[in-house]
Amino acid sequence: MFERKQLSHKATWAAAVAAIAGLAGFAPAKAQDSVKIGLILPMTGGQASTGKQIENAIKLYMQQKGDTVAGKKIEVIVKDDAAIPDKTKTAAQELIVNDKVNFIAGFGVTPAALAAAPLATQAKIPEVVMAAGTSIITERSPYIVRTSFTLAQSSTIIGDWAVKNGIKKVATLTSDYAPGNDALNFFKQHFTAGGGEVVEEVKVPLQNPDFAPFLQRMKDAKPDAIFVFVPAGQGGNFMKQYAERGLDKAGIKVIGPGDVTDDDLLNNMGDAVLGTVTAHLYSAAHPSQMNKDFVAAYKKAFGNRPGFMAVGGYDGIHLIYEALKKTGGDTDGTKLVEAMKGMKWESPRGPISIDPETRDIVQNIYIRKVEKVDGELYNVEFATFEAVKDLGKTKK
Amino acid sequence: MTAILTNLFDGVAYGMLLFVLACGLAVTLGLMNFVNLAHGAFAMAGGYVCMVLVNRMGWPFFAALPLAFVSSAAIGIVLERTLYRHLYARSHLDQVLFTIGLTFMSVAAVDYVQGSSRVFINLPAALQGQFDLFGVGIGRYRLMIIVICGLLTIALQMVLAKTRFGSRLRAAVDDPRAASGLGINVPQVFAFTFAFGCGLAGLGGALSAEILGLDPYFPLKFMIYFLIVVTVGGSSSITGPFLASLLLGIGDVAGKYYVPKMGPFVIYTMMIVILIWRPNGLFGRTAAR
Repeated sequence: MFERKQLSHKATWAAAVAAIAGLAGFAPAKAQDSVKIGLILPMTGGQASTGKQIENAIKLYMQQKGDTVAGKKIEVIVKDDAAIPDKTKTAAQELIVNDKVNFIAGFGVTPAALAAAPLATQAKIPEVVMAAGTSIITERSPYIVRTSFTLAQSSTIIGDWAVKNGIKKVATLTSDYAPGNDALNFFKQHFTAGGGEVVEEVKVPLQNPDFAPFLQRMKDAKPDAIFVFVPAGQGGNFMKQYAERGLDKAGIKVIGPGDVTDDDLLNNMGDAVLGTVTAHLYSAAHPSQMNKDFVAAYKKAFGNRPGFMAVGGYDGIHLIYEALKKTGGDTDGTKLVEAMKGMKWESPRGPISIDPETRDIVQNIYIRKVEKVDGELYNVEFATFEAVKDLGKTKK
Repeated sequence: MTAILTNLFDGVAYGMLLFVLACGLAVTLGLMNFVNLAHGAFAMAGGYVCMVLVNRMGWPFFAALPLAFVSSAAIGIVLERTLYRHLYARSHLDQVLFTIGLTFMSVAAVDYVQGSSRVFINLPAALQGQFDLFGVGIGRYRLMIIVICGLLTIALQMVLAKTRFGSRLRAAVDDPRAASGLGINVPQVFAFTFAFGCGLAGLGGALSAEILGLDPYFPLKFMIYFLIVVTVGGSSSITGPFLASLLLGIGDVAGKYYVPKMGPFVIYTMMIVILIWRPNGLFGRTAAR
């Protein structure tokens, strides 16, 4: 009862505001003259740093490139879903039905991206995934295009790299949720196929206060390296306790997909992370001129360095801009997705493209080692696997 | 054998930490009969104060710890005088609603001021790493936690049992009317006790940043653990929560080490079993108020 009252109040208000806005001529542009992007991001909650990075990157891109494409004004509407899929769904519905957006974009975590998938299919509008990294996402709707990464990309590469570089025995420590399991399985497949051995396998709960007992178990298993995947925010805790327990001195290395040494947090982790080898799509220390400019501009605008989430957002908005240019401002969703397929461009992370078959990203995966550059910790790239497709699709 | 001892050591350190974090709650809940779900917010405040002092202003870690205590206690006393005392006589539901609201406000405030990412306190080199004692790996930081928390526990027990203030507090709790009739300033005793509990939480927050991680969601994430400690321990003394903390700390660490698949559930299983066996907690009064 109470709920309904609240809602109808809201509706009345919305109607009133709309009426006033209409009267005052606040909306001079007709619907056709503007393009609306509904950005659904976790701006609060544990994943908030993802949301902030993507929002920042999009702001930066629009400052640099202007907010008009193919004669249309770009409008971005940000909604917070706190990484809760139910809220994502509601937000997507509101954006599509009330705001009549032409794109939905963002999506901090896999369940959020999946929750919006059926809506994108029904509304026939592109869903640009800028963060979530499970392989299945792009299979859930023909309108999903991804500019972030998949965990299969980095996990298989680090598996291949490890066997070739003298790492024979590995203990794994991964967070117990879909991306963690993806990372673990793809790593294991490639690592054991190459002749490596997984001596210990531990899945830690997602809400994990203390790594100590798990790390002790790792230490007692005496592997050559630990393969780690924990959500970006927990990387720092993990690395600190890894050093506290003296695993670094016991000669046990840390390898994994690059989430554990996310640029966003890396510099605060202390010297214990030095020498950690990860495979990932982006490092703020990527040596291209484009990236140097991007990092400088981002630092100037927001005071910290961009991480891989920021790059996902930056490329996502670029993809939207380019698709609109290609259709000449036509906002038909099917045409836009067609335009995005096969698109190639130079990103701060290096050359990337959209796979025309899977609509997933194809990108270089770099092997990096944490080193000190000018007194700050960076992932320094030292090997490149070029144009890596997502290897994790279930439909081959 | 050494693995068992290392785990025992880690478990004791973890338990001690839980105790310092939660014993303030045991005091407010058990002695003052007030449900303070915002307890974690005071812990978080202490943690952030310590972080700002050490990382941004270059204070030594050991100088910042007492200040974490003092600042949380100060915030505690201000809130007690302005807000909490109006709720002492209200129902538990009102208290829960009020303090959970306060928790959410603290989360949003810290998120706004300090950002949502996890922060770390720069530790002196002397506290980093592990040393070997007869083959048992002893973490320096965890050893420090055990020493600090052990001393605190002894001091607390002495204050409560032996000093005049302790007996006033126990009198004020047992029968506030008779106590004030005897000339004890009951509101003052409560305010002081409340502030002290908050201060302890602040200290715990500062100490736990390294082990549990410190971010704006700290009060929500660890609320469950505090409540478990208090319910399992019973809230009539501080010995109960102390033993409960140790039991849970050791149980949690051992569970995660020996049966990693079941690890996260061990702490809850223990709680359920203990509460079935003794519904009022290990040391609860059977004739509750």
